[in-house]
Amino acid sequence: MTKGILGKKLGMTQIFSDDGTVVPVTVLEAGPCVVVQKKTKETDGYTAVQLGFEDIDENKLNKPELGKFTKHGLQPKRYLKEIRDFDDLEPGEEVTVEIFTAGEKVNVTGRSKGQGFTGNVKRYNHGTGPKSHGSHFKRAPGAVGSVDAARVFKGQKMPGQMGNDRVTVENIEIQKVDVERNLLMIKGSVPGPEKELVTIWSR
Amino acid sequence: MDIIKNIENEQMQDDIPEFNSGDTVRVMIRVVEGGNERLQAFEGTVLKRQGTGVSETFTLRKISHGVGVERTFPLHSPNLESIEVIRRGDVNRSKLYYLRERQGKKSRVKEKREQRREETE
Repeated sequence: MTKGILGKKLGMTQIFSDDGTVVPVTVLEAGPCVVVQKKTKETDGYTAVQLGFEDIDENKLNKPELGKFTKHGLQPKRYLKEIRDFDDLEPGEEVTVEIFTAGEKVNVTGRSKGQGFTGNVKRYNHGTGPKSHGSHFKRAPGAVGSVDAARVFKGQKMPGQMGNDRVTVENIEIQKVDVERNLLMIKGSVPGPEKELVTIWSR
Repeated sequence: MDIIKNIENEQMQDDIPEFNSGDTVRVMIRVVEGGNERLQAFEGTVLKRQGTGVSETFTLRKISHGVGVERTFPLHSPNLESIEVIRRGDVNRSKLYYLRERQGKKSRVKEKREQRREETE
């Protein structure tokens, strides 16, 4: 059974653990989320729970979008995301950080920072040629294959878009759960820039 | 961002005495050994203070049995029972790395003469 919650990355800091050691943590503002829709095997072919996170002005939504919320008498939400095989939750029920406890291992899914169109040196950590002494080979990718093959093989490392991918960091430890402020402190880093929407989940 | 500041402020200790590089300081460290907690003292010259806010650290250096020993502590660590300033040093740098190359008498730090307010006024 999966459980999960939507959250926002606030940034990184450090906290002192119980034995006084310094632990680097990412602070996530998670929830409170509300169940907007329930998907069942009979109607949708799979079971899932659709969560809504962060209030939004209803003028910003069009009628069909708004209908999802008014159907169950809910406040409109900015983000909607499904968590597969979640508990038996009915629309309108709340999900808060209390589903997690400190010390638990979770996965965090987000969108990594977009780096734009980058070359091989940045994208694949290729080495560079000499920058001076008349060098004509500075940051170029170099040869991409042999003459014999007469084509470039698939998977050849080339310049292109880097970042802005869906990235999951697995098995990272929850250091602290702050129920009052709806905060989760997770050891280490989490994909994406600050204010980015992330899904915190565990199986 | 404010939430991060709040989290950091909650962890900061407010009873830290004023001290700087060159001062001689004695810290009492809580050590847990086999379930028992006891206090361990470490006394030395402040080599540097580094960082800001909750992540600020300071490094103490002392000569123990002829060997230089340096320990770095987080300034706001809950494991520090107390920080006591024993002597004020008169130095012209914020980072006293030159002490590492000195031995014997040359490795001493001059004591700061207390300014007498009454006389200057």
